Amino acid sequence: MEHYTMNLTLKVWRQKNSQEKGRFETYQVKNISSEMSFLEMFDVLNEELIREGKEPIAFDHDCREGICGMCSMYINGKPHGPWHANTTCQLHMRAYKDGDTIVVEPWRANAFPVVKDLVVDRSSFDRIIQAGGYISVNTGNAVDANAIPIEKDKADNAFAAAACIGCGACVAACKNSSAMLFLSAKVSHLALLPQGGPERKGRVLNMVAQMDREGFGACTNTGACEAVCPKEISITNIARLNAEYIGAGLVVE
Amino acid sequence: MLNSKIPAGPLDQKWTEFKGHCKLVNPANKRKLEVIVVGTGLAGASAAASLGELGYKVKAFCFQDSPRRAHSIAAQGGINAAKNYQNDGDSVFRLFYDTIKGGDYRAREANVHRLAEVSVNIIDQCVAQGVPFAREYGGLLSNRSFGGTQVQRTFYAAGQTGQQLLIGAYQALERQIALGNVAMYNRHEMLDVVKIDGKARGIIVRNLVNGKLERHFGHAVLLCSGGYGNVFYLSTNAMGSNVTAAWKAHRKGAYFGNPCFTQIHPTCIPVSGDHQSKLTLMSESLRNDGRIWVPKKQNDTRRPNEIPEEERDYYLERRYPAFGNLVPRDVASRAAKERCDAGYGVGSSRQAVYLDYADAIQRYGKAEVNKRNIQGATADQITQLGKDVVKEKYGNLFDMYEKITGENPYEVPMRIYPAVHYTMGGLWVDYELMTSVPGLYALGEANFSDHGANRLGASALMQGLADGYFVIPYTIGNYLADEIRTPAIPTDHPAFVEAEKEVADRINQLMSIKGSQTVESFHKRLGKIMWDKCGMARSEEGLKQAIEEIRQLKKEFWSDVRIPGSVTEMNPELDKANRVADFIELGELMCIDALNRRESCGGHFREESQTEEGEALRDDANFSYVAAWEYAGEHNWNLHKEELNFDVAKPTQRSYK
Repeated sequence: MEHYTMNLTLKVWRQKNSQEKGRFETYQVKNISSEMSFLEMFDVLNEELIREGKEPIAFDHDCREGICGMCSMYINGKPHGPWHANTTCQLHMRAYKDGDTIVVEPWRANAFPVVKDLVVDRSSFDRIIQAGGYISVNTGNAVDANAIPIEKDKADNAFAAAACIGCGACVAACKNSSAMLFLSAKVSHLALLPQGGPERKGRVLNMVAQMDREGFGACTNTGACEAVCPKEISITNIARLNAEYIGAGLVVE
Repeated sequence: MLNSKIPAGPLDQKWTEFKGHCKLVNPANKRKLEVIVVGTGLAGASAAASLGELGYKVKAFCFQDSPRRAHSIAAQGGINAAKNYQNDGDSVFRLFYDTIKGGDYRAREANVHRLAEVSVNIIDQCVAQGVPFAREYGGLLSNRSFGGTQVQRTFYAAGQTGQQLLIGAYQALERQIALGNVAMYNRHEMLDVVKIDGKARGIIVRNLVNGKLERHFGHAVLLCSGGYGNVFYLSTNAMGSNVTAAWKAHRKGAYFGNPCFTQIHPTCIPVSGDHQSKLTLMSESLRNDGRIWVPKKQNDTRRPNEIPEEERDYYLERRYPAFGNLVPRDVASRAAKERCDAGYGVGSSRQAVYLDYADAIQRYGKAEVNKRNIQGATADQITQLGKDVVKEKYGNLFDMYEKITGENPYEVPMRIYPAVHYTMGGLWVDYELMTSVPGLYALGEANFSDHGANRLGASALMQGLADGYFVIPYTIGNYLADEIRTPAIPTDHPAFVEAEKEVADRINQLMSIKGSQTVESFHKRLGKIMWDKCGMARSEEGLKQAIEEIRQLKKEFWSDVRIPGSVTEMNPELDKANRVADFIELGELMCIDALNRRESCGGHFREESQTEEGEALRDDANFSYVAAWEYAGEHNWNLHKEELNFDVAKPTQRSYK
């Protein structure tokens, strides 16, 4: 793989806090190596801003290995940037060439208010989980792990849904700011397993109600969520969620 | 002075004995007792959830935007448990023994045995929560092997085991939040412990969104704040992982145990340049099927696929025929460094070795051909089938490698090199996980107790969950039973006021320096000192230099650091400055500890103490103890020794040959 360096123009959303109005600022960054990650490019820019006596750009990030779900940049109109099945932190600069202009915004959704610059508040996701995204089993109550065999296919599908990292790219990509992919991934993960059976009906109804309360939009099946999901969570989970929801609605007392 | 409170009786009865006789708190009293949990990784989330279930009033804190982000989430390979589902000779005793031996006889027998005992309950608990572990076609759980063991006892969920376990614990935690048993504080960082009459009674935290300091009372405080690998700047830890909570506790009287015991993980993606902000691990599970090699010729610049089989040196298989590529991490890391230092390294930096999947792809491909009864399969077909199997087992790891390096590991061998990954050292705790400050506990990677001088793969997840789900719910009652008459102390108590003032003063001092160098630049310099002189190989001379350099760096930091922005807003540079200031102090103590321990053991390799073949040489006569350091003012520590007694697992020279 040939390595190269590049000069870039960045247009970045700056917003002092949740109250004040934001705006785009333009920055020039020079000598960026194609081996850098996208966030390392931001590190370089921030170091420069600090040395110049300016405020660095606030952005969320932690593990930088694509699993914690904290990084969240809307890059040239796409959550997490141009690569398929990828997080911002795993995007590398070889995706760009010398002279490119890159526009970086925070996630935009009513349910994800901006905290500062590119940082948003995603605690609405936690509250959706609080509404039923768990199996009610206290520590110490469990039977032997092999007491209940689970078909491999079901276990694999449950795992594929449980791989969601809760980053919110699905919401950011959706024209309705719907959280259906996130929600359906959790409902599917738990509905596919026998352990999730007893609370299945209440779970889906409560979680959907909470999603609505948080101000997320409705789903119109455009599939933008699936297209940008870093963990390739399938839109079939939304179909499963709808089936679960209808089923639960019919029998609920 | 140091009382580790190990229960009497035979090793395999101690925990049962303890549980049978520890004090209990009745449900009505539990509702009046408040517990603070700092950190929401596997240890913190499981502890907060379990204590909430028991009825205690819990407050949990994390610096991330959600408890689900804690760095346990990044653990890849798996979690050990002595289930013996594979019928291959595993048992609680074997897991105990492997862990003690893997730790090079520097861990406490009683703690390790308890860990092995509860390991089986963890798997049951996680499955009940809906953790989707890998399964076989028969519907039962699948296992794989890991370094330092000869049985298959590792449970896993592809390369995302930590994620799935943490989501399980996070969901249990969110359930308790919904029930009102746990109050959750996201984007809050603990900046001090509050002590009243010698007991831990609360914490001071900074709200990272608005910069305000807050006081929180607790009858007990649990630190589940993880390890301190980021003292090296480059490590596999998350960017935010830090020692601050543990360090503040240390400065308030909690002893720090074996700070120099650091794990350098053998299989990480090599450094690509000065811009590097962190390193990425490639799971140890890859050593199950991958073969590690370097060219037999020094400075060989040919591409790996151009080097014929007979010109490759599979040095782990050559040096350690019994364990081969599955030797423990410390051994594998040193062997890689030895080959690179001797001029056999590969890649443009020459600081890397190959991890090769070509053989595994062929082996799996042929197995698939047999399984599916395909007649006259072509070589391409076999390779493709093999790649499919490898993809199912390790797909996400291979994808990650390709994203970072731009190379396809299905076609060319991966380049790997050791990197800082885990810290076995941590706050000294007794058998009940209490630090030397009454009422202050440390769980998971934040404590020192279970892994000795080297942790075996897939044991960190086990320990975090053991501490949180199955140990602290019992041991904390033993303390809190005597606290039922203590009403909640109002946070206008002078101790809270004073602690908050100390924190505010320090922040203001940091902000007022207005120097010329960035926090990041100091962190990088600290990391370089630590890696060069307190990393994979340590010497008396190097450590003495490092101590001087760190003291100098500290002076420079406190006179020339530049922090932009203000105190009363979200200010990530200030957060980082607080953490780096503590890392600098910790770095000095790590070097002091490494200097004091004039033996090699596990991950701690003193150049002066090695066998003729270059293996780590322990000195049991002089160093069979836990070094517990008491803070005694700037640049000053008192050493307390906890002698280690091995009644069951008698120390021998470790051999994996």
